[in-house]
Order: sequence, then C-alpha cells, then structure tokens
Amino acid sequence: MREFDLVIVGGGPAGMAAAVSARENGLENIVILERDSELGGILNQCIHNGFGLHTFKEELTGPEYAERYAEKVNSMGIPYETDTMVLNISKDRVVTLLSKGRGVEDIRAKSVILAMGCRERPRGALNIPGYRPQGVYTAGTAQKLVNCEGYLPGKEVVILGSGDIGLIMARRMTLEGAHVAAVAELMPYSSGLKRNIVQCLDDYGIPLLLSHTVVDIKGKEKLEGVVIAQVDSKNAPIAGTEKFYPCDTLLLSCGLIPENELSKNCGVEIDPRTNGPLVDEGLETSIDGVFACGNVLHVHDLVDFVSEESARAGASAAEFVKRGCTADSTEPVKVIPQNGVRYTVPSQIHTAELTGDVHIRFRVTGVFKDCAIVVKAGENELLRRKSRILVPSEMQDIIIRQDKLAEVGEDICVEIEEV
Amino acid sequence: MTRELTCINCPMGCELNVEVDGDKVISVSGNTCKRGEIYAHSEISAPTRTVTTTIISAEGRPVPVKTAQPIPKGMLFECTAAIKSAEVHLPVKVGQIIIEDLLGTGAQVTATKTVK
Repeated sequence: MREFDLVIVGGGPAGMAAAVSARENGLENIVILERDSELGGILNQCIHNGFGLHTFKEELTGPEYAERYAEKVNSMGIPYETDTMVLNISKDRVVTLLSKGRGVEDIRAKSVILAMGCRERPRGALNIPGYRPQGVYTAGTAQKLVNCEGYLPGKEVVILGSGDIGLIMARRMTLEGAHVAAVAELMPYSSGLKRNIVQCLDDYGIPLLLSHTVVDIKGKEKLEGVVIAQVDSKNAPIAGTEKFYPCDTLLLSCGLIPENELSKNCGVEIDPRTNGPLVDEGLETSIDGVFACGNVLHVHDLVDFVSEESARAGASAAEFVKRGCTADSTEPVKVIPQNGVRYTVPSQIHTAELTGDVHIRFRVTGVFKDCAIVVKAGENELLRRKSRILVPSEMQDIIIRQDKLAEVGEDICVEIEEV
Repeated sequence: MTRELTCINCPMGCELNVEVDGDKVISVSGNTCKRGEIYAHSEISAPTRTVTTTIISAEGRPVPVKTAQPIPKGMLFECTAAIKSAEVHLPVKVGQIIIEDLLGTGAQVTATKTVK
C-alpha cells in the first residue's frame, strides 16, 4: 500500500494552497488527488475578473489565479494525480481511490485535508412544479458549457436566483448573443454583490425581479417557457401576478452546498448551519488528522479567503504529522454564535495549545448598520470592532490575539451589538 | 437631468442621485462617503469596463481572454465581437497577447489560461 504524510482531496484553490503551505511547513510526502483532468477546480470556468485583490494585490480572472497556484505546486515539485476520484476515506485514514491507470487502490495517509469544494443546489432541491424538459441548467453548468466547452445552451434565457454565478452568467450569455429576459429572486434583496448587479444586470438593462419566483415550468420535451409570480412576505406566490416568459433556457442560481459525502462516510461531524465539518482553530475535524478548508468547510465569497484558510489547514496538517500524529490532549472551549451571528468557523478552540493568533470567520443573520462585532469569554471582552455595515453575503474575518486567548477557560461568544 | 446610480464601492450600495449636464456632473446626493462622489464622476464622465470572454481556437477549444486595460463601457458589444473574431492557434500561454490594440482603445487582449 502506498503511504503518504498528507493526502489532499481536491486540486482546486483550497487543495493547492493547502499543499503549498504543508510543503513550506516541512512535509515532503504529499499528494493532491483531483477528479478533473487538470488542477484549478471551479476557477477554470470562472473566466471573469475580480479574483486575487487580497492575495496578489491585482485583479485576476479565475484561470489566472488558478495558474499562479498551479505554478507554485509545480515549481515545488508537489505530486498530484488528476482524473482520480476518491471513493472513501476511513476513520484510520485509509483513502480509497479510483483512476484509469491504477484502478481501485487503497492508500494510507498520516493526515488528510478535505478540499472538495461545494455544489450548486439543483432543481430537485428547489421544488419547482412543472415538467422536466431539456433546457433547465444550474448557472455553473451553463458556465462550464459556455466557457470551457464552447457551447451556448440557449438563446432566450430566464434566471432564477440572484446569486453571483447567476448574475455573472446573465452578462456572459448576453455578450455571447443570448437574450436574458429577467432574473427572478425570491427574497426582497439580492444575495449577489452590488458590483455584479450593476455591471452584469444594469449595464445590459436586464431586470431584477425581487420577491418573485418561478411557479411553473412549461414544455414537455424542450423548455417552452416559465411562469414567474410575485411572492408575499411568507414567500407564497400571490394569485393574479403570474406572468409567462417564453424561453429555451432556465438557469438556476439558488445557493451552494458544501460537498461532504466523503466527510460524512468517514464519520466527520457536520455543522448543520454551514453543512460543513465542525472544526477547531487548526481546522481539524472531529476525526484526528482529518482537516477541512475552502468551500467544503463553509461557502466563501472570495477565493483569497479560501487560499488563506487553506494555508492554515496545510500548516496544521504538517504540525500534526511532525507531532507524531497525536491529537490535542487539552480540552477546547466552544465558540458560540449569538445575536446576529449565524455560525462561526472554528466552533471550538484549544486555548491552552495555541501556536499563533486565531481567525474566526462568520456570517451575520441579516443587514446590520452602525454596529460592532463583539467577542467575549464570560465578562472578558477579547475583541470589539465597529462596522458601518455588515451583510449576510459578506463573510467576516476577525483575528483574536494568542495572548488574549491563552488564559481563556470558558466558552467564547461572538455577537453583533447595535450601537 | 438626473441620473440614478448604485455605488459599487462597498455593501452599503448607496443609491446616488446625480444631477448631470451632458457628461458633466453638477451635483451628487445619496452618497454616505467621498467614494460615492468619486464613483459618480467616473461613471458619468468616462465609464469603463474590463471585458472577459472566450475565443474558439482554430483547434476548436475555447481560450479565455481579457482586456488587459478597461475599455469604454459604450463599446462593450463591438469590443466583444472584435475579440471573438480574432484568430487563435494552440498552444496559448497565459499572458500571451492576442490583440495588440483593440479597436483603437489602446487596450491589449491577453490570454488568461495556458491551453495546450
């Protein structure tokens, strides 16, 4: 059986950054397993720009960002195996994989980093009534068809959901010669960035229908059109507001879900709020020696945040192997999301064993103006940061200094205080 | 004349009311900081955008490209059409110049991915 110090599942931005960092922290015997035929993951199909402002201090497209990291992986001589699918990870870190060259193979890992990314919420998860004709795609599938395969899925388009991928695809399909009739969003606000609403919809005169949803899909074999209706404050369609939009393509941009089939089979505990693994400050899951980072852990809005987080996972895995693969022996304190905070990553911190400052990342539950992020352990205030505005679509990243945490023995609360 | 803009500098997304005379800004209201005013001036007088698209190579594989410098917003469609009609042969290296000067805008078009 082949043996590795570190097996990384996924060769997207998370997997590559974790590999680079693990090598920089002294691990030699690493392998990245990637099911696609090249490194880069979802970045390869994100040909628009806006990536890398934090990491590289310049605005790059997705493929450029991916190639910068792939070059690092190559120049450091880190091995990767493409066209390789991981089928299972066991509790004692035996990884079962499938590849054309080797068939089904078990390999042994001293540590594992989960970096499988996320999936789009498909039609089946959205409960839209109507037929199941050809012509209904997730926005990301259409993105792959247009940008990587060179096919335009249709000419007359309606988009359901105003997530950033949907907005980006509205512009992309328009520039490719399609007509985008409307973007319907169930909520009274868009979950996409303002910049994308302006530059992908307003620039092209594409209407954004807030508090609207698709209530029927017409067409038996091939999509013929969709019915869009306004919804009330309980998201129920309002009778009499239905309008028929003839179209040959419906794109769905209705949220992303971390892809944790492998993690669950391995026995990793999942946080129901993020749909990703519960982790500690070193991004270690409930299984010793198994770490998680990137969109498999919690869905990010910036790849720069993915790279930074994954580098921490790589460093932690290296530390775990160098320590002789033994788990933290001290009791962790819990990190508890309170007023206005939906979740935190990590969900626990080993305050007695810290090797550096601790990042806490979270999302807020709604829009907060003129407020403060407050982190407390009992009466002890560890951090207070004022903010003019916090929105659910922007992940927050705060850093608690190691010396402030070292003495903390009780649970840590993160909350939003309105000023 | 009044033009309505949404400021894109931060998640506040201030709705700006801009009093304009042709492409000259007379006054900006609705902004909550200085950046909104600067944004309104550039959006009214000389709005620019970066174009990203693909060119189907002679070998049939799409090559992603971008304008290395922003182009005038009013030329989005003609610039995209001009880029798409360019001839590209594989292999292509990331950063390789595909078009030296796109329709006289002075913007270069470069490949954003190494495609073999």
